[in-house]
Amino acid sequence: MSTVIEMQGLRKEFTVRVRAGRLRRAKRTVAAVDGVDLAVPRGELLGYIGPNGAGKSTTLKMLTGILTPTAGTVRVCGLVPVPQRTRLARRIGVVFGQRSLLWWDLPLRDSFDLLRHIYRVPAAGHAARLRRCRSLLELDGLLDTPVRQLSLGQRMRGEITAALLHGPEVLFLDEPTIGLDVVSKQAVRGFLAELGAAGETTVVLTTHDLNDIEKLCRRLVVIDNGRVVHDGSLAQLHQRYGSTRQVVVDLDEPPAEPVTVPGARLVSTGSDGRRLTYALAGAEAGELVARLAGAGALRDLTVLEPAIEDVVTRLYTDR
Amino acid sequence: MASVLTPYRHLLRGQVRAQTAYRASFVVNLVSNVWATVADVLTVLVLFRVTTSLAGFSLAEALVMVGLSACGFALADLAAGNIERLRHYVRTGLLDALLVRPLRALPQLLLMDIGLQRLSRVGVGAAVLVAALVAAPVEWTPARLALAVLAPLAGALFFSAIFVAGATVAFWWVESGELANSLTYGGKDLTAYPMTIYGPAFRRVFGFGLGFAFVGYYPALALLGRPDPLGLPGWVGWVSPAVAAPAVGAAALLWRVGIRHYRSTGS
Repeated sequence: MSTVIEMQGLRKEFTVRVRAGRLRRAKRTVAAVDGVDLAVPRGELLGYIGPNGAGKSTTLKMLTGILTPTAGTVRVCGLVPVPQRTRLARRIGVVFGQRSLLWWDLPLRDSFDLLRHIYRVPAAGHAARLRRCRSLLELDGLLDTPVRQLSLGQRMRGEITAALLHGPEVLFLDEPTIGLDVVSKQAVRGFLAELGAAGETTVVLTTHDLNDIEKLCRRLVVIDNGRVVHDGSLAQLHQRYGSTRQVVVDLDEPPAEPVTVPGARLVSTGSDGRRLTYALAGAEAGELVARLAGAGALRDLTVLEPAIEDVVTRLYTDR
Repeated sequence: MASVLTPYRHLLRGQVRAQTAYRASFVVNLVSNVWATVADVLTVLVLFRVTTSLAGFSLAEALVMVGLSACGFALADLAAGNIERLRHYVRTGLLDALLVRPLRALPQLLLMDIGLQRLSRVGVGAAVLVAALVAAPVEWTPARLALAVLAPLAGALFFSAIFVAGATVAFWWVESGELANSLTYGGKDLTAYPMTIYGPAFRRVFGFGLGFAFVGYYPALALLGRPDPLGLPGWVGWVSPAVAAPAVGAAALLWRVGIRHYRSTGS
């Protein structure tokens, strides 16, 4: 698999002026992105997450040629983004959750048509991609509505379509589900999953909404204070930060003697002694349940998957 | 070449459609813009009610300068006047949207904010110039005719360069509007009058240093076939449209440096 995105020691500093006295203002340099190394192979669906101000958007803006890096190298599709910005723009698609790339006063149809001329793509390919987006994102009823009259969810579906009409190799999405209702989020996620499954387009997604990541991304990069603090799968993240599946059982009677299984830890016991919560660290849930059932009558049973929020919260507070 | 420009042409088409979408307000703007140029002409007419000559120039001759200046400025204002919105784009990060398209940022900005309502002002400026040239004692030659067309166009380029250069300051200081306005709107008034009415120091800095003298005054001298009371040789008027070249060059350079300084916003 070839590498589509490559960053080495990527760094972006901003100078901020802080009040240092009644009139004096001191200059301070802040690194928004502080030495990021990352390689993304073709066809990957990468989740780029972090708290506010972690450097997600800044990284994305350096990848798309909007911002000039302070130091380090970056290549996207083999191009250096800032000096080769217009060439790169033909090969990438960008969606900003916070701002529109469409024409505010024009119907979606006209925006799409303009984009075809701006990107100078052959009409046939453009029409085919539009057809696919129209059915997957249910755009048919919206094409003649001016963008300013679309709801946020409708507009976002338009934005994603607009970003894909020139057949980009890489799609960058900066918080595409921000502010969307559940149904629209679902539509966007479903579409991106489909796109990822096709494997032709590399997708880089920054988000706050960890459900986006859980549903979509096999690879997860967590960034904090401008540095990568985790790069791997979701399972690896759980493993590394000790988040575990939990088994909660309700028994008819408190067990006569404590039930122990190697690799499972009793986390809590309910006040009446009949509800037991175990954390699984290596043991199989089935094994534990079998032992518990042997110890007394089992009334109810729940297996809790670890919540990604908990892990990430721990990650942020542990720093 | 044509294919390079095609996307921009379509961008313009979209912009025209978007701006005319609000039909009534477009017409109101179109009409109200007429007054901007009419006011410039009225100022000169009022001046000539108290005098028969302004620094040795008759009314018709003075109006040639007003016409050259108004034509050039109105065209520049149409094409580049709204670039002052750059500071809004910089502050809100809207420039990001333009930078992810496979087109150059500056032409996109110019096209997106093209002031079509100012079309009427160009019309009035051209009418004033034509009327003044008819009324003034001009000995027409093909060269003078060429100059009469070229000078307002060069003036438009010159003023556009100032609009762009002034707006570019927004990359460093986000709130920078007044500095740019003093050069553009102030410069327009400056070019509408004979250079001889200004003091030597002012003339040296703004007229010759920044080049405003070559927008209205010197082309007018060449058109009217008059010697320069300030003593510059007669060919200066003929080459004065060239002043647009260094102005455009400087603005382009400033833009290139400025856009590297673009910081976008936090999200």
